[in-house]
Amino acid sequence: MTIPSPVSDRPLKSDVAERIRRSATSDRPFRYVLRTTAALFGAVIVLFVWSIVKTAWPAITSNGIHLITGRTWIAGSGPYGALPLILDTLSTTAIALIFAVPVGLASAMALQFQVPQRLRGPLASLIELLAAVPSVVYGLWGIAVMVPFFINTLEPFLSHLTGSSWPFNGPQDGFSILLAGMVLSIMILPTIVAVSRDVIATVPIEVVEGALSLGATRGQVFSKVIIPTARTGLLGAIVLGTGRALGETIAVAMVIGSNAQLPHSLFSSGATLASIIAVEFGNSVGSEGSALAALALILMVITGLVNWGARALTRRAAIR
Amino acid sequence: MSSTITGLPPDPILERRELIQLRASQTIARRTMVSRVITALLWVGLVIALIPLGSVVLALLDKGVRFLGWSFLTALPQLPNLASLNDIGGIGNAVVATLVIDALAGLVAVPIGVVVGLYLAEGSSRPANFLRTVVEIMTGMPSILLGVFAYEYFVVTMKSYSGIAAVIALSMLMVPVIAKAAELAFTAVPRSLREAALALGARESRVARQVVFPSALPGVLTGVLLALARAVGETAPVLLVVGPTISNLWNWNPLKPMTPMPMLIFGYANSQYPSQRAAAWGVALTLVALVVILTTSSRLISARMRRERHS
Repeated sequence: MTIPSPVSDRPLKSDVAERIRRSATSDRPFRYVLRTTAALFGAVIVLFVWSIVKTAWPAITSNGIHLITGRTWIAGSGPYGALPLILDTLSTTAIALIFAVPVGLASAMALQFQVPQRLRGPLASLIELLAAVPSVVYGLWGIAVMVPFFINTLEPFLSHLTGSSWPFNGPQDGFSILLAGMVLSIMILPTIVAVSRDVIATVPIEVVEGALSLGATRGQVFSKVIIPTARTGLLGAIVLGTGRALGETIAVAMVIGSNAQLPHSLFSSGATLASIIAVEFGNSVGSEGSALAALALILMVITGLVNWGARALTRRAAIR
Repeated sequence: MSSTITGLPPDPILERRELIQLRASQTIARRTMVSRVITALLWVGLVIALIPLGSVVLALLDKGVRFLGWSFLTALPQLPNLASLNDIGGIGNAVVATLVIDALAGLVAVPIGVVVGLYLAEGSSRPANFLRTVVEIMTGMPSILLGVFAYEYFVVTMKSYSGIAAVIALSMLMVPVIAKAAELAFTAVPRSLREAALALGARESRVARQVVFPSALPGVLTGVLLALARAVGETAPVLLVVGPTISNLWNWNPLKPMTPMPMLIFGYANSQYPSQRAAAWGVALTLVALVVILTTSSRLISARMRRERHS
């Protein structure tokens, strides 16, 4: 009786030899496709940067350093000074961070360690879902819900509290730098919570248990063990949120009131680098298109640096 | 604080232990207090975070649900007039525009993104490392900049606003997201599996097609769905290139101006007609529902992937 061989009786030997011969040579097409596509994508990115530099060039040469330090922005004829826009971009982002960083880090810790197991999943999903809500929806919410709240409650309250002194003076019509900052903070909150929760989850449980076994209280574990251990990653989460706030366009354009003057107070209307591009680009005339491209270039440099920093930080956290 | 027993050599370890226990018992009341305060602050933070976020969800449901319905999704919009102030029609053409633009952007971005991901996963040569940095920086690039790019190259050269310019801007937003996810998925394929296939004499292209790709498919799909979810809601680049006026007509041709849903929300939110401002919530809810479907299916796939890997 012969045992049937599990291997087919095809002439394997010559087949393998043939394949080895072919594989050494005929896989070039595959490599070509990989490299060409990668190179093509790289080329499009170069083209992207180039197109913005090229469009911005006339404005850069004719305005020079005034493009960054100038205080007036006159559409159509110039001069084009982006100082108010840069200040508004930085101040809205700062307002967003002042609110979103403590609240976001606290919620991430609370979600990870305090909330009962049963609620943790649904709450985390809700927050991740809100990170995916389009920014135009946040802008709509800002106009329909936050503007009335600002006019009727928050702005009178703040100006009453401080006796209408700076920075809580000025027009109380809702659309303001303060509102843009608040809407931004609500938009970056889900990002900060989600990323810092992931970072906190990587703190080794042994370290936490070690501290508890030595008699540390819960509060000490939070402030002396978890935050120091996860420090780099948490910073990465914050920088990531900062990048998003700096470049956010539509939601800001909808609630900031679009005004390229130097702001007087937190209640002033304003315009950020990104929001003025969105509002003005479609109806720009004369040399303004080039000036707006120059703003795009400034924005590209700032956010590029911030994202590069965030990447370096989160990568270092991942290695540790 | 030295030992009170005389005549015995001092034992540093015991002394230290006593000291520690003494300090711990002295401070336990204060430490418990501080701990309670910190814990309470964490709860306060979570509640403060949930108030505005909950308000967004509530506003969407409260103001949007009454619009949802078959006719709203399929009818043409109608300008408010004196005879029927509150009849704003539907958003059929915006739904069409969104589907056409995002499907085309997906068609462009998915193959490029997947191949770039495969290239990044293949090695760490200097061009690959450079491209990896570029991809990661592009992921956080403000989307409006891509709108400026698409305007310069498509709207200016074609001398017309068009859906296709939006396709270009959106696909450039999607490629980095897909490439990143694909790279992670491809590198997660066990090396032994690839080496086994190569040892059996399979060509690299065949290993990629029949071994690496099937086992990385769920991860790639997760990235594609996330990228689509992001593209569907993107407004800033679309605003610059699809045309300044809200279209009230059917249009399946991406070479002409189109009004996708995010653009319609932006237009309606700033409208002079109260009925249009109200209808913006209907469009917003539709858009969020679409985004939720995309992100949820992406999460389901990745959750299932994790389960399979652990089992």
